[in-house]
Amino acid sequence: MSAPALRPDLQRIADWIPPQASVLDLGCGDGTLLAWLARNKATRNYGVEIDVDSVTACVEKGINVIHGNMEAGLTQFEDGAFDFVVLSLTIQAMHNVEGILREMLRVGRTGIVTFPNFGYWENRWQILLGRMPVSETIPYQWYNTPNIHFCTLHDFDALLATLQMRNIGRVVLNEGQEITVLPNWRGSLAVVRFEKV
Amino acid sequence: MTQSVGIVTPQKIAFETPIALSSGVTLPRYDLMVETYGELNAARSNAILICHALSGHHHVAGRHSQDDKAPGWWDTMIGPGKPIDTDRFFVIGVNNLGGCHGSTGPSTIDPATGEPFGSTFPLVLVRDWVETQARLADHFGIRQLAAVVGGSLGGMQALRWTITHPERVRHALVIASAPKLTAQNIAFNDVARQAILTDPDFHGGDYYRHGVVPRRGLRLARMLGHITYLSDDGMGEKFGRLLRSGEYKYGYEVEFEIESYLRYQGDKFSDYFDANTYLLMTKALDYFDPGRHYDGDLVPALREAQARFLVVSFTTDWRFSPARSREIVKALLDAGRDVSYAEIESVHGHDAFLMEDAPYHNIMRAYMNRIDAEVNA
Repeated sequence: MSAPALRPDLQRIADWIPPQASVLDLGCGDGTLLAWLARNKATRNYGVEIDVDSVTACVEKGINVIHGNMEAGLTQFEDGAFDFVVLSLTIQAMHNVEGILREMLRVGRTGIVTFPNFGYWENRWQILLGRMPVSETIPYQWYNTPNIHFCTLHDFDALLATLQMRNIGRVVLNEGQEITVLPNWRGSLAVVRFEKV
Repeated sequence: MTQSVGIVTPQKIAFETPIALSSGVTLPRYDLMVETYGELNAARSNAILICHALSGHHHVAGRHSQDDKAPGWWDTMIGPGKPIDTDRFFVIGVNNLGGCHGSTGPSTIDPATGEPFGSTFPLVLVRDWVETQARLADHFGIRQLAAVVGGSLGGMQALRWTITHPERVRHALVIASAPKLTAQNIAFNDVARQAILTDPDFHGGDYYRHGVVPRRGLRLARMLGHITYLSDDGMGEKFGRLLRSGEYKYGYEVEFEIESYLRYQGDKFSDYFDANTYLLMTKALDYFDPGRHYDGDLVPALREAQARFLVVSFTTDWRFSPARSREIVKALLDAGRDVSYAEIESVHGHDAFLMEDAPYHNIMRAYMNRIDAEVNA
């Protein structure tokens, strides 16, 4: 049975995860990624999700999901409980970015984060014109955005370094296509794998 | 469109094999009062056991007659098209041993004496109930239950099932429950018990032969219990400081609506519930501690389990708060079990588990759909 296609960024994450791995998806939404992984790679999955309707959608799919706010940490999970911990398009909306990155590598061996690249040329261009950027990956106005912590590809790597972590692989996308030339200019979405140094 | 299971008839099932209880006492025989809804499938794999809480019983859904004023205590949850769908599952409701709704309990006639058991009825623990429920499953020829479902004390039975009969339960739905009582929980229970035990009509538990019941004690116990089932917000929303007459009366008669409500609840309860059963149920709560035989640690206890779990709590429940449910979830995670957890927004406190609420019922329905896909494939 062929599975429905994943969103391009989720597909990149899924490609990095080997069969039978244990995966924690933070802010797992309706469980799309975990359901795909369970079906195609027989992974052992957990999700954390703050929205109760999304929790229900996960339960409907048979995905183990813990309803809760990960800003409070991942105290319910033991050290090293997972091979991979995924945080997809959420980090820019979190208060305690350093805290969650540390927690990810406490409960897991490898972290995978996706975030909108603020260095994308359209964002730079809109700022140059004197306006806050609004784009495909940053679709909000400044006054209603949940996003409070924007960064560029370089900023994120710099933060990893200060946390004794390192980027062990990155894919940069724009409209679903992989960008290899001038990614910090031409890529709107980053998918980064990282581990402890 | 959801409907009721309609008119239902309870059945009394006799168990003639003696049961050795945790307290050391052996009961030579006992009856269990039971209701079932829906059809057991050919593989006998679609059975759902509903475990009741402190004052519950076997009458979970439907009505006993057309004139019945109220349906079973979980009629919102169980029926055709409801989250626990009787078109797809065979649902079993049981009045626990020690109860007062037809199962053998303190108010039952002891065949040895021809008088009610009263003070001679042994204490019964959650694990004893699970043992009797397992025999009930045997009675129906059910090797493995698709799920054991319970709220509050009922959730504790579901949890216990997964530990003592790991291979006999596929799923456990543990709602508004706790892994064991806190000192505060036990304290509330003891005040309730003291109200009954010190009632002059209690007669050491043998009030039946005096032709009286310790109504005042039972009434107070229920009033106290009821406070812990509601939330401050919920009570405030429903009653606030409303006065029945609109004026202060400068006396000790019923003035505030909340007083009237609690007294009504207490009166109603003391009309039909047996005081000895109330005592017994509160002790079962106090004693429940599945980690006790594992150095006080729930994790190794739950390593025995094979079931998958759904744990649900309610935000304003302070009797068994969400933090208590998260303890269960954490222990399940540490034990490597499969668990999903939801914390439902509600103003209804502990009682929320009995109420109709869309997010709550949606998640129950979603989980039951998964079970249906597994057992009715």
